[in-house]
Amino acid sequence: MEYLTHLAVLVGIYSILALSLNLVLGYAGIISVTHAAFFGLGAYTSAILTTVYDLNFFLAALCGVLVAAIISLFVGTVLSKFRGDFVALGSVGFNVIVWSVFLNVQELTRGPLGIPGIGRPNLEFGIWNYEFSSNVSFLVLSVIFVALVYFLCQFIEKSSFGRALKAIREDEEALQVFGYRTLHYKLAVFVIGAGLASIAGALFASYITFIDPSTFTINESIFLLSVVILGGLASNRGALIGALALVLLPEFLRFVGFPSDIAAQMRQVVYGVMLIVLMLYRPQGLVGEYKL
Amino acid sequence: MTSTILQTKHLFKHFDGVKAVDHLSVSFEKGKITSIIGPNGSGKSTLINLLTGLVPLDAGEVIIAHSLHFTRVKSHEVAGFGLTRTFQDVRLFEQLSVLDNILVVLTERGVFASLFETHGTLHLAQAEEVLKKMGLWEKRHSLAINLSYGQRKLLEIARVLAMTRSARTGRAADIIFFDEPFAGLFPEMRKVVVSVMKELRAEGRTQILVEHNMELIRELSDEVVVLDAGELLAQGVPNEVLAKREVIEAYLGE
Repeated sequence: MEYLTHLAVLVGIYSILALSLNLVLGYAGIISVTHAAFFGLGAYTSAILTTVYDLNFFLAALCGVLVAAIISLFVGTVLSKFRGDFVALGSVGFNVIVWSVFLNVQELTRGPLGIPGIGRPNLEFGIWNYEFSSNVSFLVLSVIFVALVYFLCQFIEKSSFGRALKAIREDEEALQVFGYRTLHYKLAVFVIGAGLASIAGALFASYITFIDPSTFTINESIFLLSVVILGGLASNRGALIGALALVLLPEFLRFVGFPSDIAAQMRQVVYGVMLIVLMLYRPQGLVGEYKL
Repeated sequence: MTSTILQTKHLFKHFDGVKAVDHLSVSFEKGKITSIIGPNGSGKSTLINLLTGLVPLDAGEVIIAHSLHFTRVKSHEVAGFGLTRTFQDVRLFEQLSVLDNILVVLTERGVFASLFETHGTLHLAQAEEVLKKMGLWEKRHSLAINLSYGQRKLLEIARVLAMTRSARTGRAADIIFFDEPFAGLFPEMRKVVVSVMKELRAEGRTQILVEHNMELIRELSDEVVVLDAGELLAQGVPNEVLAKREVIEAYLGE
């Protein structure tokens, strides 16, 4: 039971990451390979603020959103100078920079040692104080966050803003001729996506209670891309299903019963093959409608 | 009484040493249909791309309605001057529905305001009007990419019509560029486009048409502009211009 709760919390955190990346990739069509950097910025900001400055989790998470938003505004502006596929390449560079900062600015991040002893979120109103210390209570908290992010994404999709994003994805230059300053739209969605990813980071840090730079590498950004593409681009439901499938799939493979000396490798192989087969037969993802 | 609404002065653009538009000074009359003709590569589409900011000017000046001068223009600004266009190589928002292709040019342009807007009944009514006019209302839920070639061309014209109905960019479109709107259309579809253009003229809007079909040019044009190698060869009423010796030579390559 504890194991299932743990998986459910992870699915929740990855759902937030997938939903936020879907805004950027699925709706606006920006191939961003740097989502893990914003995930990490949220995690580190809130971890440092709660452990060193003893700030409440929720305030620290809010600060994480601000940090991610400001940095993403800058990064987005730089990336907007790139054309086409070079955006993806440029964003990889940014992920590497952020990861090296986590690794090397040891006074702040403790480098490869990571930050241990991050507290669980607690709510205080006067004498009433509640800490989300059990995994079940943390699960409830994550579900609330996932629901909020999901409704925000649905709200964006239904708005005129969401329609303009999709038009940017289809033909940015043509949309400009009809009076859209598309750069503003792209920056706005990039900042929103980064802010939401940082919330997932704060939740992750406080749930695991330990973070180190190895979680926030390009590998993680690529994993998040596959979650969104596999679930279905430009579909919020797809992002949720993608997170569910890709977090749980490796866990199911534990029970397949490979010989123990090659079990770990076989799980990776099967996992990879399943991704390839799915992309061959459902290029639009499990529930998506849009093809890259 | 005629008045000039759009004028270029010494417009110049070259691509890798080839002069696409060469010190072109030409003016377009308000409320008329002016056809631009000329052999392939004579600079017709480049002229439209320059005027709508898709390609930057090397030199020269554009004057709209005597008052607004520009030498540099960004493509997102031209809609605010009342300019809109179709594209020679149909450019739709392919993986959006037909309806969304129209709604997107009717709704709010500001980032923040657009977040808190869903399309209203007014937008829907305007979209319904233009889509019905082009015979695409039944197809409104199909993705643009799934339409036939002719329907795709009609959807582009519907999008331009929507721009004339909405002042969301600060100004409803009243100068419209049609870049080969008839190419590849069946006769029935041509009739629809011809009647739309005549209606737009009756509304007093200025239309600039790039077209190769002489029959259509004679039927629709109030004026004809002939380009050759990026230069103005002739301008005037269709019958006179099309009878000129140098025009015939440029076209037939004698």
